[in-house]
Parts: sequence; structure tokens; C-alpha cells
Amino acid sequence: MDETANSIRNSSLQELWGGIKAELPILVGALPFGMIYGISALSAGMTPGSAQAMSSVVFAGSAQVLLVQMVKANMPLAVMLATGFVLNLRHALYSASLAPYMRKLNLWWKVILSYLLTDEAYAVVITHYNQPDDGAPRHWYFLGAGLTLWTGWQLSTAAGIFLGAQIPSSWGLEFSLPLIFIALVVPALKDRAGVLAALAAGLCVVAVSGLPYKLGLLVAAFVGIVVGLWSEKQ
Amino acid sequence: MSTVWLAMIGLGILTFLTRFSFIALLERWQAPEIVQRALRFVPVAVLTAIIVPELVQPNDVLDLRPYNPRLLAGLLATLVAWKTKNVILTILVGMAVFWLLLWVFPPG
Repeated sequence: MDETANSIRNSSLQELWGGIKAELPILVGALPFGMIYGISALSAGMTPGSAQAMSSVVFAGSAQVLLVQMVKANMPLAVMLATGFVLNLRHALYSASLAPYMRKLNLWWKVILSYLLTDEAYAVVITHYNQPDDGAPRHWYFLGAGLTLWTGWQLSTAAGIFLGAQIPSSWGLEFSLPLIFIALVVPALKDRAGVLAALAAGLCVVAVSGLPYKLGLLVAAFVGIVVGLWSEKQ
Repeated sequence: MSTVWLAMIGLGILTFLTRFSFIALLERWQAPEIVQRALRFVPVAVLTAIIVPELVQPNDVLDLRPYNPRLLAGLLATLVAWKTKNVILTILVGMAVFWLLLWVFPPG
């Protein structure tokens, strides 16, 4: 193998490893969350097989927990799909925000990385993409972070299903997830517009928490973005 | 096929298409300038909208009492993140405060 091919391979591996390392702290919060999902799926009457399958078919923690609650409540299929869809619409914003960086990738990369685009992956990946471009193959970082979360999510679902109530859920380890998001968002608040966007989204999400079909998150995100844009012009 | 599987597969497809949407589209379509500027606010707006209910609405009920463990731990974690920009330290301080408050003010 010649020098160039070697150095490309090395920097790909370096990015992959960087993504894995950045995602590991997230697992502290994501693993208990996955177990809680597994336990709640069984208690809603799902079979272990379908409970486990949902973690790779849907692969979105909060939507899975919501779907399980709706299955338990015997909701009509259309309501389940509509509610889950609206809850997951924030991923379109993630998709739009990452798309400019992924323009040059081939279709398979785009499909695989899209499948892996969770809240937990997005939070670390966008932080990496926001660093000044050093020409590194950053999609490998995305892949490393995404696969790390995916693997942890499948294993923790299985642990919830098979070990169930033997695991103490009262530890509240899943609270580390919002803490990690805080650790990633706060340093990104570099100017007044960013701070105002965050404040507006945070206030709004509480104010509209009564909205049906989990619309609140999406409305709050839009209000935050609009306030950010508006305050940039002031 | 049971309703559970239909819901799962349906939502799986919808979720994938949502995640794939702009990543697939943007090859051919150049976003207008205002949209490009708006995208800068996506991480702070969406992630803050995910964080805040976790702090002030545990169990879906608004709890702004100063000794709400999640609220106080979250505010201190925000301070640590702002001062140090250190992910691990932010989690450690936040969890330590959270556990301490749970121990001092047991829920219920």
C-alpha cells in the first residue's frame, strides 16, 4: 500500500476512534434508559422478540417508550404513528443541520449515518463538525459515535428484557443524559443570539408542554431558532 | 401481522425517512441563505428543549421548588460546563449533586 492510502486509512481510523471515545460518556445515561425501555416494553405485554426488534427498527429511545405506552393503552394505529412521527420530527432539523457536511458522501454512507442519527449521536457529532475543518474524514467520527450508541442501545435493551426488575432503576443514572447535553450545549453558546435562542426554546417548551401529540418540543425548537435569527439582526 | 409490529415498522420507516430527509435532498438543492443561518441554532434550540423538561418537569409535573434535585443539579452542571467546558466534570458534579439531594430530600 502506498503512503497516501496508508495515511487516509490512518486518519479514518483516528476519526472512528475519536467518535467512539466521544460517545462513551453518553452510554452512562443511555444504558439505564435502554434498560428502562426493555422493562417497560415487557410490562406493556410485548414479547421479548418484538421488544428487542423495536430497538433496531425504530432506534429512538423516547419514541420507543412512548410507543410502548400507547400499545399498553390500546391506541389506534394511526394515532400511534402520528404521535411517534411528530415526536421524531426534530430529527429533520438534525438532518438539515448535518446535510451540508455530508454532501460529498456516497448514498450508502448517507443511508447508514441517517439511520444512526439519534439525539445522542447528533449532540457529539455536531460539536465535532463545528470545529474548524482540518480536512479529516469526519464521517468516520459520525460512524464511530453512531455505532457505539447503537451497540449500547441493543445490549441495554436486552439487559432490560432479560434481567428486568433485578436492576435497581432508583439510581437515576439516566439523569446523566440531560447533564451530557448540558455539557455539550453550554460551550456552544458563544454569542448573544445563541443564548437567547436557548433561553427562548427552554421557556417555550415548558409553556407549551400541554400540547397534544408531543408537538411541544418541535414548537419550542422553532421558537428558539426564530428568536436566534431575530436577535442576530438586532 | 399484529398492531405492535405494524406500529413498529411504520414508525421505523417514518423515523428513518425523517433522519434521511435533508441529508438526501441537499445534494441537489441549495438551501436559501436564511435557512443556512437558521441551522446554526438547531443544536442549542433542540437540545435545550430536550434538557429543560428533564430538569423542571420530572414525571410531567412542573416542579420549580429550589430543592428539586434535578433542577439544582442541572443549574450547577450548567455553571460547571460554562466555566470548565469539561464534559466528564460536568456529569460528575451534576450526578453528585443530584444523588446528594435525593439522599437529603428523599422523594415522596
